[in-house]
Amino acid sequence: MNRLSIILALAATPALAGPDVQALERLVLQDCGSCHGMTLKGGLGPDIRPEAVAHYNRDSLKMVILDGIPGTPMPPWRPLLSEEDAAWIADYLMIGDSK
Amino acid sequence: MRPALCFLGGARPRPRVHPKNESSTTMSLHVSQNTPARGVLGRMLALALAVFALCLASLPAQAQATGGLGLVVERASGSLLVVDQSERTSIGRITGLGDLSHASLVYSPNEQFAYVFGRDGGLTKVDILAQTIVKRVMQAGNSIGGAISDDGRLVAVSNYEPGGVRVFDADTLEMVADIPTGSKTVGLVDILGSRFAFSLWDKGETWIADLSGKTPQIIRIKGMGTNPYDALVTGDGRTYIVGLFGEDHLTALDLWQAHPEPQIILPGYAKERAGLPVYKMPHLEGWALAGQDFVLPAMGQHEVLWVDARSLKETGRTPTHGQPVFAISRPDGRQVWVNFAHPLNDTVQVIDTVTKQVIHQFKPGPGVLHMEFTPRGHEVWLSVRDLGKVVIYDTETFEQLGEIATESPSGIFFTARAHKTGL
Repeated sequence: MNRLSIILALAATPALAGPDVQALERLVLQDCGSCHGMTLKGGLGPDIRPEAVAHYNRDSLKMVILDGIPGTPMPPWRPLLSEEDAAWIADYLMIGDSK
Repeated sequence: MRPALCFLGGARPRPRVHPKNESSTTMSLHVSQNTPARGVLGRMLALALAVFALCLASLPAQAQATGGLGLVVERASGSLLVVDQSERTSIGRITGLGDLSHASLVYSPNEQFAYVFGRDGGLTKVDILAQTIVKRVMQAGNSIGGAISDDGRLVAVSNYEPGGVRVFDADTLEMVADIPTGSKTVGLVDILGSRFAFSLWDKGETWIADLSGKTPQIIRIKGMGTNPYDALVTGDGRTYIVGLFGEDHLTALDLWQAHPEPQIILPGYAKERAGLPVYKMPHLEGWALAGQDFVLPAMGQHEVLWVDARSLKETGRTPTHGQPVFAISRPDGRQVWVNFAHPLNDTVQVIDTVTKQVIHQFKPGPGVLHMEFTPRGHEVWLSVRDLGKVVIYDTETFEQLGEIATESPSGIFFTARAHKTGL
C-alpha cells in the first residue's frame, strides 16, 4: 500500500490519532462516487481525478469539500467530516490511485 | 428447432437452466440404455430419441421460464447476479460488464434479455437464460440510464458525456439515432408509440422524441425549471414528473396533450426552511403512484411529499428519518418504502398510504441502496451494499425471509418490469 503510506506521511497532524483511512477511502469511492462516479471520472458532478483537480491547491480543495459550492449540487461535508478528514481526502484526490 | 416442437416428443424441460452439458449427458445415458431395443418399434424409438437429443442440443436455454427471475447489479465487480424470486436464491452470475456504479437495466418484452446501462457508457445486452453477454458496445463516455421502446425494438440511453440520447436497435445494438442535446440528459423514459421523453439538466427542458418513423421527430418543451435531476412517467404514460435541483418545486407534463405545458407542482415546498445538504440525489421512479396520490422525495428536506394524481395538488407531507433517496410504492399502493442518503442509509421506513404515517422503521444494515418488490408485493428485496447481501422481507409482517450473498449490490430488477411503461 504505497499510496496510503504516502498519503499518511502527508497528513497534517500525525501526532493525533489519524483519520480512519479505510472509512474515508470508502466514502470517497462510494459517496463522492454517487455523483462523481465510482472511478471519479465524473457523472452529474465533474471529473475529480488528479489531473482534473490539479488546479486546486490542497487548502482550497479542502474548503470545497467542507463548505461545498453554493448554487451547485456539491454539498458541504462539514457536518460529517473533520478538517483533518477533508485534508486527507484532498490529498487522496490530488495524488490519486497509484495502484 | 423450436422448443414447442420438441415438447411434442414428450420432452419435459428441466426446471432450471444450464446445462447444455447436463442435458446431453442425460440424453446419451438414455440412448445407450435404449439402443438394444429391436425391430420397428425399437428403431422408431431410437429415431425419436435422436430427434429429442437434437432438440435438446439446439435449445440450451429456452427451457426455463423467466417470469420469476431477476438481476442484481454488483456495482464494484461489474457483474450481475441472476436471482430466482420463488427460491430466494441466486442461480448464476454474468461478469464483464465494466463500471456498474449507478447502473440500471431494462428487459426485453419476452423477459429473456436485459439491456444494462453502465456509468462508463457501456451498453450491454445479456441473456439471462444462458447467463451470458450477447453484445456489448461503448456508446458514450458517461451515461446515466436507459429505456426500451414499447415494442421492444429500440433501446435508448441518456448520456452525460456527450450530452444527449442515443438510440440502438435492440437486436444488434447498432445505433439508429443520435440526439445530441448539448446538456447532461436525465430522466429518460419510454412512452407509447415508440417515443421517449427525457430532460436536460443544463437547459431546463424536456424533449419528447418520436422514433416511429425514419428520422426522430422531436418536441422541445422549455421552462421545466432549473436543473432537472431525474424524472418519472406513470404506468399509463400520461404524467411525466421532473424533479428539480435548482427550484423549490417539481414540474409535471400531461403527455396526453398534443402540446404538453409545464405545470408547477408543490410550489415552495421548502419555503422558509433551510435546505439541508443533499449527499445523494433522490431518484424518481415509475413506482411513485400510491393509491390516488404520488409520493415524492423532497430535495434537501427530510420528508416525502404527497400529491393528488389528477389535480396535482399537495395532499400531505410525512417527516422521514433522513433525505429520501427512493420512495417506492408497493405494487398495490398500500405502503411506501423509503431509503435514505448517506450517512443515514442504514435505515428503511415504511409508510402507510392511508394514514400517511410511518408504521415501521428498521435497520437492514449499512448502505441500503435499492428496494424491489415482487410483482404482487408480498415481498421486498433490499440491497445492503456494505453487508454484501440482498435481504428479503415479508411486507406484511416485516419478518426477514431470506438473504442472498452478493458483492456490493445496488439495483435489483425483477423481470416483471418488462411489462410496465416507464420501467
